[in-house]
Amino acid sequence: MIGEEFASGDSYIHRLDPRMKILIAVSYAIVIAVSDKLPVLLCGLFFPVVLVAIARLNMKKVLFRLLIVNGFIFLLWIFLPFTYPGKPFFSIGPLTASWEGTVYASMITIKSNAIILASIVLLATSSITTLVHALKHLYVPEKLIHIFFFCYRYIHVIHLEYLKLTHAMKIRCFTPKTNMHTYRTYAYLVGILLLRSYDRSQRVYDAMLCRGFKGKFWMLDHFELKKSDMVSGSVMTLYIIGLVILQWGRIIA
Amino acid sequence: MGTNNSLIHLEEIIFGYPSRPNVLDKFSFTFSRGERVGLVGANGSGKTTLFHIIMGLLKPHDGKIEILGKQRDKESDFREVRERIGFLFQDADDQLFCPTVAEDIAFGPLNLGKTHDQAREIVRETLDILGLTGFEDRVTYNLSGGEKKLVSLATVIAMKPEVLLLDEPTTGLDEETTERIIDFLNSNSDFSYIIISHDREFLERTTQYIHRIKDGKMLDTVSSQGVIMKTGNTIRTVR
Repeated sequence: MIGEEFASGDSYIHRLDPRMKILIAVSYAIVIAVSDKLPVLLCGLFFPVVLVAIARLNMKKVLFRLLIVNGFIFLLWIFLPFTYPGKPFFSIGPLTASWEGTVYASMITIKSNAIILASIVLLATSSITTLVHALKHLYVPEKLIHIFFFCYRYIHVIHLEYLKLTHAMKIRCFTPKTNMHTYRTYAYLVGILLLRSYDRSQRVYDAMLCRGFKGKFWMLDHFELKKSDMVSGSVMTLYIIGLVILQWGRIIA
Repeated sequence: MGTNNSLIHLEEIIFGYPSRPNVLDKFSFTFSRGERVGLVGANGSGKTTLFHIIMGLLKPHDGKIEILGKQRDKESDFREVRERIGFLFQDADDQLFCPTVAEDIAFGPLNLGKTHDQAREIVRETLDILGLTGFEDRVTYNLSGGEKKLVSLATVIAMKPEVLLLDEPTTGLDEETTERIIDFLNSNSDFSYIIISHDREFLERTTQYIHRIKDGKMLDTVSSQGVIMKTGNTIRTVR
């Protein structure tokens, strides 16, 4: 279900302390998301690209993920340049695209790709388990972590449940068509999946109570900040500060 | 009335779900230290419900529950019960929820107030006992069915319970894994446990006698060799 296909690997990036990777990814994403200058964004895009190269990720898989994101971005390109008011830039038939609209669409494209790439290379290179631990060490509220982790943990189980049900449908010769029978069957499928998930959550909670659960989760492992973490952490932080200065420097000065 | 030796004493327990006949109908049952009993009965005869009532996960409509020498009514009464009685769920996927095997096994002992070092030691010991040495860092949901069951058992015995309640511990397991569970249960004559199972051979090899439940009542008690020892509803097992 959730393949964690980038998590296995042994590059420099994979070995970095996950706490630091989370902090860098979040601050980078914020800076890129609020920036409104094209040069800043172009400089920003440079960062995850270099990291992807260092992490030696499977380029095909990375590009495939980006393709999914850009599918949505493509829709923006259909509307934005032609509806945004500004200087005419180019025209297709009766439609005229504005320069401002085109720049705006480009910025959104660069932002999305940069942030997704950074998430892939910084977050997806750690397993979910490690990320959960790291979040805890970063003092993220326990309840949020529980929701995140239990979603991940039980999506897998619910997916298996879903497969079981669809198999049960298939062996009784169910083929989806455009008719009431199909709609009703899918409604039943969703309904029973909800019921089963609810039941399971109740049983899991009961099992936790039976082992003395009082609202606290425990961690056995602790991370160690290595010298290499400090060095690369400082370099990346400086880079992000550089982006901030590039973006807001004049306002501050 | 429970004697000093009785760990679990239920009297005339009534429990049911709406618009159906009661699952447990004036059900009485006594379980003493050192006993090893099996619980059999048709599907839906109330075996799992009985375990849930003992653990305080379900509240009976009527009847008296006495566990570990005290009457238990409220949720808070059952905290101690849960610390001292270990319950293995039917489905291992309900029981295992921590990222790694070690954390899952350590979860119970840490809840009981053990330190991290003690918990680690318990994890190692428990895995050794069940022949799962080296499983510490395995991710729980990637285990095979048999491994999941053994790890679930490990999470329960890591709390060193005085009584084990095992709900169909061998369903769906291969012979080798079943043998491991049998070996574990027979490894210590101090164990007290109640096992729900449909596997007669398994019960013969692990229990002294078998209670049969029917229509929400105790039907009779049969020795593992098949001799009826006691018939009737209210039951005090004879040794």
